[in-house]
Amino acid sequence: MAKKISCCSGASCDNSLIEIEDSVFDDPINATWSDGYVDHPRARILKIKTTLEAADILGAVKARLGINRNDYSIYPGLYALGIPDANSPVLVTANYKLTFDYLRRELEGQNLWLLVLNTHGINVWCAAGKGTFGTGEIICRIGQVQLANVVSHKKLILPQLGAPGVAGHEVTRATGFKVVYGPVRAADIPAFLRNNHRASGDMRKVKFNLADRLAVVPVELNHSLKLIPLLFVLLLLFNLITPNGWAWNTVWVPTLMNLVPYLIAILLGTAGIAAFLPYLPFRSFALKSLLLALPLVVLVVSFPGVFHFPDHALVLGAHALFLAGITTFFGLNFTGCTTYTSLSGVRKETIYTLPVIALSTLAGLVLAVIYQITRFSI
Amino acid sequence: MTMTYLKNVVTLRLDTHRCTGCQTCTQVCPHQVLAMEDKKARVVNRNACMECGACAINCPADAIEVKSGVG
Repeated sequence: MAKKISCCSGASCDNSLIEIEDSVFDDPINATWSDGYVDHPRARILKIKTTLEAADILGAVKARLGINRNDYSIYPGLYALGIPDANSPVLVTANYKLTFDYLRRELEGQNLWLLVLNTHGINVWCAAGKGTFGTGEIICRIGQVQLANVVSHKKLILPQLGAPGVAGHEVTRATGFKVVYGPVRAADIPAFLRNNHRASGDMRKVKFNLADRLAVVPVELNHSLKLIPLLFVLLLLFNLITPNGWAWNTVWVPTLMNLVPYLIAILLGTAGIAAFLPYLPFRSFALKSLLLALPLVVLVVSFPGVFHFPDHALVLGAHALFLAGITTFFGLNFTGCTTYTSLSGVRKETIYTLPVIALSTLAGLVLAVIYQITRFSI
Repeated sequence: MTMTYLKNVVTLRLDTHRCTGCQTCTQVCPHQVLAMEDKKARVVNRNACMECGACAINCPADAIEVKSGVG
């Protein structure tokens, strides 16, 4: 049963409510990641572990697969890591549990405070873009946890990717705390802390290597594979219509085999473009996708019998258009999963590409209809 | 491998006259679009900009503008 809890009692907060399901996170002291308390003169502050347990890893897998990932969060507030004191650094993070886990596992042996913001269970970079990992929330949260009474210094270390949502100078104006941007990757935090809170150039660069690209694929597949049942029904309808009546007895295997190139088209537009992104020519994702679709189209047109397609130009033409359209649609969609595409660029691509996909799909449908008509009139 | 996206589309604008040389924009940019030259920030790699808005929101002098959209 969901419980609505008022998130902030600080004077400068907007009292937005957060819904937290009855789970281990309802009661942080029973969470597998908590490790007792640090006694502070004014409060008992929850201590957190720096090791991930089986439950955390399972949770990460589910999140990456897109299973219940809108409900994978922890309470915002102040947490202790190690045995921090009034001089220990304060790191700021989001309340998405995956973020929280990826952060704390890099902090073995450190003594610091973790200020967890209410980003509604969203990771740092996305929340920053939306403004929830934001100036207002930081100011609010500092007030709520009474940070000024916990540490004697006035420094907050924020993840660099929180920057799109936070006006550092405004946080300082409102709270007196100076905002310092730490490295992009949590793994670089220990070096950053040792190096007098200075980040090297490489620590400030965002990459998008193969592992990063593949990590975002499962969620995209989760969404895109939902098209398969619809495609099955459409292909079934097409195969059922014959001059000799509804072909209920003979459609099943052919329709399933018809589906195979469509499954491949979806995989090319998600996993394919992710894996081969830097190796595909062109900067445009639509053009990269079209290149990926080409071998599939050639395969289907050259060996239609393998997939139980009739060897007829009109039909194969239709499928070629549909398959290319599907790969290109999902490949274009992948622009939303990258760390480097600009909004202006995506807008430009989309304005050109979507009408083309729509028209080619329409053309494919016309070809399919004409084919059926020719079968009936002979 | 540094991948780049479409060229000459981004809405990033930097007014060097307003720049106070605080260097914050060069620290928050995820793609090293900006760099310090003669104590002022300059756009050195415009086509690498992803319009995230980190530089603009963190500029205390309001010297940077970019259309970052809904994030």
